[in-house]
Amino acid sequence: MLKVTEKQDWLKFLLIILVVLFAGLAQNAAAMTDEDCLDCHTDPDLTVEIDGKTVQLIVDGEKYMGSVHADNSCVSCHEEADVDEAPHPYPMARVDCANCHDDIAEIFASSLHGQAIEKNDPYAPKCTDCHGKHDVLSMQDKNSPTYILNVPFTCGRCHQEGSPMTLTHDIPKKNILKNFSMSIHGEGLYRKGLTVTAVCTSCHTAHNVLPHIDPKSTISRLNVVKTCMKCHANIEEAHTKIVRGELWETEPHKVPACVECHGPHQARRVLYEDSLNDQFCLKCHGNPDLKLIMANGEEKSLFVNVEAFEHSIHKDKRIACAKCHVNVDHQKKPVCRDSGKVDCSICHAQVVDLYNKSTHGILTAKGDNNAPVCSDCHGTHGIMSKSNSESPIFARNIPELCASCHREGQKAALRYTGSQHDIIKHYQMSIHGRGLSQSGLMVSASCTNCHTAHSMLPASNPESSVHRNNIMKACAQCHLGIAEKFSSSIHSPAVSKTDKKLPVCNDCHTSHTISRHDTAGFRGLILDECGTCHEHETDTYFETYHGKVSMLSGGEKTAKCSDCHGSHDILPAYYSESNLNRRHVVETCKKCHPGSNRKFTGYLTHATHHDRDKYPYLYYTFWGMTGLLVGTFAFFGIHTLFWLPRSFRERFKRRREHSRENILKKDDWS
Amino acid sequence: MEKSQVEYVQRFTIFPRFLHFLVIISFLTLAVTGMALKFAAERWAEIVASFFGSFEVLGALHRFMAVVTFTYFALNFVLMYQNWRKSGKSMLQFVLHKDSMIPNLNDAKELMQTFKWFFGMGPQPEYGRWTYWEKFDFMAVFWGVAVIGSTGLALWFPEQFTLVIPGYWINIATIIHSDEALLASGFIFTIHFFNTHLRPEKFPMDPVIFTGTMPLDELMHERPREYAELVAAGKLEDIKVPPTPRWFFVVSHVFGFTALAIGLALVVSIIYSMIFLYVK
Repeated sequence: MLKVTEKQDWLKFLLIILVVLFAGLAQNAAAMTDEDCLDCHTDPDLTVEIDGKTVQLIVDGEKYMGSVHADNSCVSCHEEADVDEAPHPYPMARVDCANCHDDIAEIFASSLHGQAIEKNDPYAPKCTDCHGKHDVLSMQDKNSPTYILNVPFTCGRCHQEGSPMTLTHDIPKKNILKNFSMSIHGEGLYRKGLTVTAVCTSCHTAHNVLPHIDPKSTISRLNVVKTCMKCHANIEEAHTKIVRGELWETEPHKVPACVECHGPHQARRVLYEDSLNDQFCLKCHGNPDLKLIMANGEEKSLFVNVEAFEHSIHKDKRIACAKCHVNVDHQKKPVCRDSGKVDCSICHAQVVDLYNKSTHGILTAKGDNNAPVCSDCHGTHGIMSKSNSESPIFARNIPELCASCHREGQKAALRYTGSQHDIIKHYQMSIHGRGLSQSGLMVSASCTNCHTAHSMLPASNPESSVHRNNIMKACAQCHLGIAEKFSSSIHSPAVSKTDKKLPVCNDCHTSHTISRHDTAGFRGLILDECGTCHEHETDTYFETYHGKVSMLSGGEKTAKCSDCHGSHDILPAYYSESNLNRRHVVETCKKCHPGSNRKFTGYLTHATHHDRDKYPYLYYTFWGMTGLLVGTFAFFGIHTLFWLPRSFRERFKRRREHSRENILKKDDWS
Repeated sequence: MEKSQVEYVQRFTIFPRFLHFLVIISFLTLAVTGMALKFAAERWAEIVASFFGSFEVLGALHRFMAVVTFTYFALNFVLMYQNWRKSGKSMLQFVLHKDSMIPNLNDAKELMQTFKWFFGMGPQPEYGRWTYWEKFDFMAVFWGVAVIGSTGLALWFPEQFTLVIPGYWINIATIIHSDEALLASGFIFTIHFFNTHLRPEKFPMDPVIFTGTMPLDELMHERPREYAELVAAGKLEDIKVPPTPRWFFVVSHVFGFTALAIGLALVVSIIYSMIFLYVK
């Protein structure tokens, strides 16, 4: 602060010295004072003849004395008039404002107006046309033609529709003044007296007016945002839902410029229709026969089905054609030529970001033709909300949508090398699939509930929603209660600090063939699932009644691992909360054995008679019984073995006896 | 023509034949349903279970036939009581009599003589009404029903049994029940079948347990001592009976062969499973 003050003081000091010096000089060199000039130039009879017209040369002294140049003296502009004795030479050179305002003059010279002067355009405005001559007033002065409230009138002197200038020049916009006055800006200016509102010069600048096709122009497509943002500084915040913060600056070609939605002179809150309106597009694209013949000779229909669009979510949200097809250019014929593909990230930046990181997005980035892009799932002009039952992304339609590529034999399934096959068929038979498609249970999980809609990645990818480490989060979206239970079970990494692989949801429930836990199919698989890790326990289970019966028809009804150990809340018996803990085990058995008692629970459900150290009673009983068996069979085996040849001999002997007796009998009769 | 000239004697009255019928029906059912559980991992076991519907049907049949077993077990005592009363002997005399079902010294002697005969070191013993192997079969059923029956009850009513015995005794009972059953079925379907039906002299089956009658000739040859005693006592004419009606003879054979086939099929399955159970 101090420094600035010092500097200002220093500048003031310099100014005073200069003024004194110049004043002295003027006193000595210029004899002609303003009074001298006005002596003559207030006389109405002071006239000259120009092109046969008599022109008065009077200067309104009062106005001059009120102008910003009052202290400069006449001769500072009319240098040639600075003579010792009147009259000064005539004619004199035109006053050149650039003598003092050289910087502005330079800018002006390259502007549209400046160029017009260069071309001797009779309608080209000169400094004085806007600022006045002797009565130049500060733009703060309410009487100044450059005062903000007066700017539209000043400009309108030439740009008013029907003025000679507009009739002789090709100005792309029509009814500029009228439109402006009805726009939000004009309304603010005239009806609200809002002096901060935008007038012509706010956007076009005062001196550097350039056509919008000039890239240097403040209203060119590339700069118009910056121009609007002089006042609408937070406009990106206001459009944050549809435009990433930096997009307007870094990639202006990607997004529609302000004026494409908010017509330049008709700026209203929403006035898309008045800018490049849909009707304009549909004039051509509403024709079912509209085709593009591509370089390779293929035909591509350019027909836009209005009826489909009528039901689209973009219609509801009043998204105009130009909002997506941003690269339309008024200079081109037709305006949409080579406008390229629609980039959904213009509005859906976050979603596209997710998509780009997904397998689908990665493949698309590689140029893989198989990879789906936004429109493959969402459609194009007929895009519908996911809550619309007709939409391909309506929950109940999603399995069919994904199936179009992932069904066995389809393009995604063909290139898939993992172990999950027939996923669509399996899913449709699963509890989730049947819930969704048969019962119409809309909370039932479809593909996207687990795999996400836009971030799908293979399960092997740690970022994937279905990766081992994340799968519980995916399931917990719906099965929160179970996830909470599981988190306090021995299988949870929060409880078991181990290097061993702990099971996650799909290890037991599978991924796509998920069924109810009480179905025979699921119960029949429990042993396999637990057995993957608990092999010994499963083996010994199969040696006891529960296990043996479970292998026979209807065996799904007998106790499986989870019936005794619990399922999601499983804990070893030494935890007091465990189903198998002393406190609970009688109750646990009671679920099937109503007469369960303390001693009853002593039944060894994982007993084996092959383990002498653990189960000596069983071991010795088994071998005792085996001894009895072997002994009995050994004795009678030998007995039989030796009897066999004797028995044969007996049989033959008796047959011989019989035949002899018969012969004798026959002899008797004979 | 030939057949009508053959003289028949009665060996079994209707009551023991009925008891043996109960034994066959219950034993086969128990063996099939029980072995399907014991060898549950085998494919044939699943076929059996599917044939009956589900393991619950197997269990229900098994328990029903257990009741039948306990019934014939009890009826057998009735039969023996009747025989005792008929014999007019004291209880001790009846039990120790050489024709009683209880093995005695004479059976040991005949066993030795039989082995000598096997090796050609002597003549075949003069068997009486009951040979030693027949007595063994009878006693084995006695023993078997007691052991398998008692352990089976414990498995049937574990909740009640464990009010008294420790839980792990149920595991022990399982081993005893199942291995004793393996012994019993193994024995019946091989040794008993051979001794009684399949040995060349009897092949393919001896229908006497169904018909109750046997040719007099067979009695003379196979049980010479009994025959001699009957002749001496002059009772031979008393037991002579007309031949079994043809239809009953056929029915007996159909039933007998069915039982034999089931038993043999089961024992083959068991042996096959036992080999692969321990080989794998």
